[in-house]
Amino acid sequence: MSGEDAAGMPGPAPDERPQPEGRRNLEGHRIDPVVEAEHDSRRAVISALVEDEPGVLARVSGLVSRRQFNIESLTVGPTTVEGHSRITMVVEETDPGIDQIEKQMAKLKPVISVGEVSGSAVTSELVLLKVHGEEPDKVHAVAEMYDGRTLDAGPKTITVQLTGDESKIDDAIDAFDQFGIIEIARTGQTALARGNIPTAPGEKPGTAGEPTTPNTQ
Amino acid sequence: MSDSATHPREDDPDAEQASDPADADGPDAAEPAGEENRPDGETRQVSTGAESVVAALEAAGAETAFGVQGGAIMPVYDALYSSSIRHLTMAHEQGAAHAADAYGVVAGEPGLCLATSGPGATNLVTGIADADMDSDAMLALTGQVPTEFVGNDAFQETDTVGVTRPITKHNYFADDADAIGDVVGEAFELSRVGRPGPTLVDLPKNVTLDDTEKTPGPAEAPAGTDPDPRAREDAVEAAARAIEDADRPLCLFGGGVIKAEASEVAREFARTHEIPVTTTMPGIGSFPEDDELSLSWAGMHGTGYANMAITHTDCLIAVGTRFDDRLTGGIDTFAPEAEVVHVDIDPAEISKNVYADYPLIGDAGTVLEQLLEAVRDAPDADEWREQCQEWKETYPMTYATPDDEPLKPQFVVEAFDEATDDDTIVTTGVGQHQMWASQFWTYTEPRTWVSSHGLGTMGYGVPAAIGARVAADAMGEPDRDVVCFDGDGSFLMTMQELSVAVREDLNVTFAVLNNEYIGMVRQWQDAFFEGRHMASDYNWMPEFDKLAEAFGALGIRVDGYDEVAPAVEEALAYDGPAVIDFHVDPEENVLPMVPSGGANGRFALTEDQL
Ligand SMILES: Cc1ncc(C[n+]2csc(CCOP(=O)(O)OP(=O)(O)O)c2C)c(N)n1
Repeated sequence: MSGEDAAGMPGPAPDERPQPEGRRNLEGHRIDPVVEAEHDSRRAVISALVEDEPGVLARVSGLVSRRQFNIESLTVGPTTVEGHSRITMVVEETDPGIDQIEKQMAKLKPVISVGEVSGSAVTSELVLLKVHGEEPDKVHAVAEMYDGRTLDAGPKTITVQLTGDESKIDDAIDAFDQFGIIEIARTGQTALARGNIPTAPGEKPGTAGEPTTPNTQ
Repeated sequence: MSDSATHPREDDPDAEQASDPADADGPDAAEPAGEENRPDGETRQVSTGAESVVAALEAAGAETAFGVQGGAIMPVYDALYSSSIRHLTMAHEQGAAHAADAYGVVAGEPGLCLATSGPGATNLVTGIADADMDSDAMLALTGQVPTEFVGNDAFQETDTVGVTRPITKHNYFADDADAIGDVVGEAFELSRVGRPGPTLVDLPKNVTLDDTEKTPGPAEAPAGTDPDPRAREDAVEAAARAIEDADRPLCLFGGGVIKAEASEVAREFARTHEIPVTTTMPGIGSFPEDDELSLSWAGMHGTGYANMAITHTDCLIAVGTRFDDRLTGGIDTFAPEAEVVHVDIDPAEISKNVYADYPLIGDAGTVLEQLLEAVRDAPDADEWREQCQEWKETYPMTYATPDDEPLKPQFVVEAFDEATDDDTIVTTGVGQHQMWASQFWTYTEPRTWVSSHGLGTMGYGVPAAIGARVAADAMGEPDRDVVCFDGDGSFLMTMQELSVAVREDLNVTFAVLNNEYIGMVRQWQDAFFEGRHMASDYNWMPEFDKLAEAFGALGIRVDGYDEVAPAVEEALAYDGPAVIDFHVDPEENVLPMVPSGGANGRFALTEDQL
């Protein structure tokens, strides 16, 4: 059928029309020397203070997965304020991607405040490691080196608990590798900003019983 | 929990034929509160959760609801029995959702739809997703199985909150009869504040049957959800300087302009500074297309001149648009030399798809007023305006009209446009006919173009026309015409709602542009799949004029040019629903066209150029 009715509209054909020289990159920036470079992705820790209502975790995780953001870990727990929880999320994204995650999360009704935790924040993770138990003394020695605790020791397996920041955990896992790791369970990073800086923007620190200031932007 | 909540299964009319729905709710069933119990402007006395739901709706200002009955929602319907809210029973819940959506678009307030649990709720899903993509304010109320059965795969149970979570602005599970009214009121308000969108409240049957005397308070959106309408002053000043300095400024008005009731100030802004205007497809009607400054709408099937302007502008003043890919084409070639001023109420839209050099977060109307004040010298753009006029002459919107058959669909659209007033409301399905209805009709007023944009839902047109008609009537505008342009494929998807139009005697004209194809697919197959018409040939269509008659509507069939004007006249004059089955050229294509992901400035004017 095609071609028979090639009738169309008047006007110069596509390649006879003037076209501007300019271009945008994939993030929609006009390409000029400053913004030409495509953004590299980086790791960011995002902290959100949320109302602890049913489904809030499903809402947040559903939003993140639907929008195809690359999430590394997600932790949730209550805060000092009754009815509030903190969600800590580690993502690997470009800067515009991180910005979008924050803005999209801020749109969710139960999200009170959300923001990236500054680079100097305190971060920590809890890990349970189960290794072969043939060399208990060596396992204990390694556990001690990393401030670990033995939670369970049997003739065949030993289970150790470790906490710490990412590099310490990575090192510890490397060290335990020699015994043969049978199972591992990691919680993912959780984080708090240092000193007086609020972890999520606008958050009043440590005011149990008082409502946290809502995020106004 | 009330007594009646302890026997929810046996008396379910969906489960058992024998039981009489009239006494299904048992002795505790709501006693209708009655008009006399509800003095004007005051919330009625309530005695059950369901009455509290209805009281909340009344207090929030809801006037009309669209829905379908069913076991789990029955208590709410029972409470509606004595309410001033007008309820229209639809043939299918999808119809209820689209009708509510369109009602909201025309009336400028949240539309309301109801469905029972399970299949009722899932049938709403398409309509909710549609409203979500188009940021339309809408409240959906769904029945749910009693809380004690939730999670047990009970009869007609669906996790409605889970299913609709990604397609609602927010949704609620109401588990407390004392709070249920306030939750419904909150959901209603939340759907309209800030960036509008659909909300949903799932109502378990035992909770709506439960006793409560708690009268809901005034409907209020949750704290922190109603954003500041004003953009930051320094950002406005910076944007104003950029606009003043532009050589080739262009306004791009999106659907947000209409939702924010900002069409007036948008017009004033563009005219004061003599800036040419293009719109997005949802923005149709925000600026009159017969104004000299208008370039009509841009994007995949937008006008050649709009797409030339958007490609060559150096300052794009984009208001209330999310830069959908049907508008932008390939991002790399979208307004590639323009500094972008982006006005939006939703911060998440800023720099989501197109980087905003001047982000202005606020209400479209308020920010345009701020800009109107801040831009002191109109940009010096005589040459640019001339260029835009020249493009209008170079790339006119035309089509070939042979004297005899086959009838061209564009001709039908133009015939209706000529025969009706400016305030006529047009609704559509999705496909070629939708494009022709938007291209060959000259829109001049906001809220007259009602279509499915973001989701592109075939079947939207018929129920939307019903919702639009009911809204116009409710607004005291019964003389406005409502015309639905539909494709044969789209019409077939929801034409059962004709029964509703007939029952309610709704004055709507349905113009089916019947090309015996799902034409838009056929056009793409011809352009990109070597003309292999896999599953797009619809030569098995019924005779729509006769089906219309079977429903009790006026049915007319049109094959040739001579019959168009008399048929249009007859249908418009007919007081009730009329269907004209226009047999149009099956090979006609929608042009111009920017191929998916292509450059807007490289639109094809003939099929060969694709
Ligand atoms: C519910 C749904 N299913 C499928 C599609 C894909 N689709 C887009 S346009 C189109 C053809 C529409 O045909 P018709 O309604 O007859 O209108 P025409 O293009 O012929 O004017 C189809 C199938 C859709 N948009 N919506």
